[in-house]
Amino acid sequence: MTHSEDAAFDAALSPHLASVESLVSGLADVGYIASRRIATALYMAVKLQKPILVEGTAGVGKTELALSTASLLGLPLIRMQCYEGLDESKALYEWKYGKQLLYTQILKDRMGEALSDAPDMDAAMDRLHGMGDLFFSEPFLEPRPLMKALKERAGCVLLIDEIDKSDEAFEAFLLEVLSAYQVSIPEIGVLKAETPPIVFLTSNNVRDLGDALKRRCLHLHIPLPDAALEQKIVASRVPGIEAKLNNQLVGFVQSLRGLDLRKSPSISETVDWARALILLNAGALEGEVVRDTLNVLLKFEQDIAAVEPQIAELVRQSAG
Amino acid sequence: MQAALEDFFRALRAADVRVSPAEAIDAHRTVEVVGFSDRELFRDALCATLAKSGEEVARFESVFDTFFDRRSEAVAPAPPPPSGSGDPLEGLPPEAQESDLARMLLDGDGAALAQAMEAAAERAEVSQIRLSTQRARLTRRLLEEMGLSEIERILAAARRLGGPGEAAADRLEAARKALAAQASAYVERQHELYASGSGKMLREEMLARKALNSEGGIDPVDLAMMQALVKRMAKRLADRYSRRRNVAWTGHLDVRRTLRKSMGYGGMPFDIVFKTKKVDKPSIVAICDVSKSVAAAAQFLLTFLYSLNEVVDRLDAFAFSGRMISVNKVLDDHPVETAILEVLKQIGFQQTDYGRALEDFADQHLDRIDRHTTVIILGDARSNYANPRLDILATIQQRSRAVIWLNPEPDSYWSQGDSVMNRYERFCHVAKTCNTLEQLERIIEDVLRTYIPH
Repeated sequence: MTHSEDAAFDAALSPHLASVESLVSGLADVGYIASRRIATALYMAVKLQKPILVEGTAGVGKTELALSTASLLGLPLIRMQCYEGLDESKALYEWKYGKQLLYTQILKDRMGEALSDAPDMDAAMDRLHGMGDLFFSEPFLEPRPLMKALKERAGCVLLIDEIDKSDEAFEAFLLEVLSAYQVSIPEIGVLKAETPPIVFLTSNNVRDLGDALKRRCLHLHIPLPDAALEQKIVASRVPGIEAKLNNQLVGFVQSLRGLDLRKSPSISETVDWARALILLNAGALEGEVVRDTLNVLLKFEQDIAAVEPQIAELVRQSAG
Repeated sequence: MQAALEDFFRALRAADVRVSPAEAIDAHRTVEVVGFSDRELFRDALCATLAKSGEEVARFESVFDTFFDRRSEAVAPAPPPPSGSGDPLEGLPPEAQESDLARMLLDGDGAALAQAMEAAAERAEVSQIRLSTQRARLTRRLLEEMGLSEIERILAAARRLGGPGEAAADRLEAARKALAAQASAYVERQHELYASGSGKMLREEMLARKALNSEGGIDPVDLAMMQALVKRMAKRLADRYSRRRNVAWTGHLDVRRTLRKSMGYGGMPFDIVFKTKKVDKPSIVAICDVSKSVAAAAQFLLTFLYSLNEVVDRLDAFAFSGRMISVNKVLDDHPVETAILEVLKQIGFQQTDYGRALEDFADQHLDRIDRHTTVIILGDARSNYANPRLDILATIQQRSRAVIWLNPEPDSYWSQGDSVMNRYERFCHVAKTCNTLEQLERIIEDVLRTYIPH
């Protein structure tokens, strides 16, 4: 316990992080209905100061969890989207080459003057060395998301989205950042975070992540929710919805997940669908409305074709 | 609790959940934070720390439930004493007064018995169980450590004396039977925790080393496991290989070289240099023998061909026994099981004719081979004394980057009978014996590695 207390930061003292229960209710207040397992993982992440690796199919609320945590704790959110070919210069920092070149040109004459009275070449070189690393200092540094996150004094929520899309090399580079919350910049030195950020990594399992990265993270798999939880989520996200419609549409979506589809609808689709039904003033699920709005739920032509003939049957099931 | 957690980690490792020392330390820190009082919180928190993937979560939960399931240990209490209170040991011979176990059994003190069993299990080292055949012996040792021999002595003495002790002896006997059943269940559970996984791993390891063309081929019982093994190997290759390919990704400004070049123009960055790396895309032609002589190995060679097809972009796969056909389409269109059956149905198990097959290849597909192509031939080079057409293989060797021949037979057989392997060998860059999955994986990995820029 002492370990986490030593480095405790303001966010960790937030009343929301007193226990798992208070975290669940706190997240619910900002509109994220978390299962106990999700809240436990988040609680442990803050207490142990470890990054948290969130896995699950698209649309189960991985990114949303990070957003909600940031707004719950009142911390800024810094987001980094990963993609193939992402490297240090885009993730961490880059030198402002243009500025460096421009300044060299502008200062050329001044430097000439300063060096002109040097008796010989060696003396001129010495004087040049004395000027220090003018062009490799903070003002010429362009911070990218990772460095920004480390520089936040009050801490922040760092979201590294879709880490599985980045390269192996980048993953290895992340290890230092994630385990010690510091980076080494050859020209300047080691930059360490005053307050470690709360780090979320999300993954869609495009490729297997390395064991070294996994070892440094807490693991959280968000499954598709059961009917009761999903109803709560819909009610929280779509405030105007009637309980009866909510019940019916969640039942419908749940039975869709039982079918053999290319892409089962996830939570975000359920919420979108609920919004669409509200817009269309649908009081209850009917075959006609469902047929018209099916493209909100299903994203593949084959899936829609497969479900269409069964709509009447599915609607009757979810109503009964 | 430290010891209990260590045992738990060992059970997890047996179930194939990786727990490194660093993870064990994390787990201890986790436990410090959450404590033991809330079982659900304890489980979820440990799960988040230790399990690193969806499957590991499932395995973690099953191990957790078995390991921390204390209900099954509540030892059934002995039948209550027949009348009133009084000393339950009344009527038994004097030794009974000194035996703790007899008292616990007759008191029906379940908690104390469970504790005693736990302590005895530690002395008997039950948790070191490795094989299912050890179960009976360990159960016996566990009972002896608990003091079963005392009970047996007491029972014998009571029966000899007869009289009022008989009823008490009956109750003691029943309690002893219940205890034996409990002990056996306890050992069974330990076996499930610590040994069931390692048994499976042992079997898989042996399978990976088993010769594919050994007598009688692969046992049908092992077939499913074998196929899973091949798939996993292919996936491992795919993962590793796709990562390596990504390393060569480029398109960034090469600052160092740009600055160096700009010197010639008085410091103006006139020539912009970008980082580039050339990636040699693997191009593989795989030719697989599926005739009778390699019948046992054919299925697995094909399975591997199928897996390779998923890993490598430019793979042309051919299969032959009498004649040669291209199997690209079959491999692309069907899932693995049906694809292999389909190939075997089309041309499998006929008389081998290497010359004929090579002719077919030369007629139709020779233009497929250029200096970037690696040709992998899987077969035993037993050509039924037909003309082996060495000239065609020589042409292939000249045109291609490398010819690799993987022969399921050991090289001492290469010149015996109708094998012409020793003659083909001259035209191969690499000719190797490859009759276990392990070797196959290593060789394919080498092939893929040569394409990676160094």
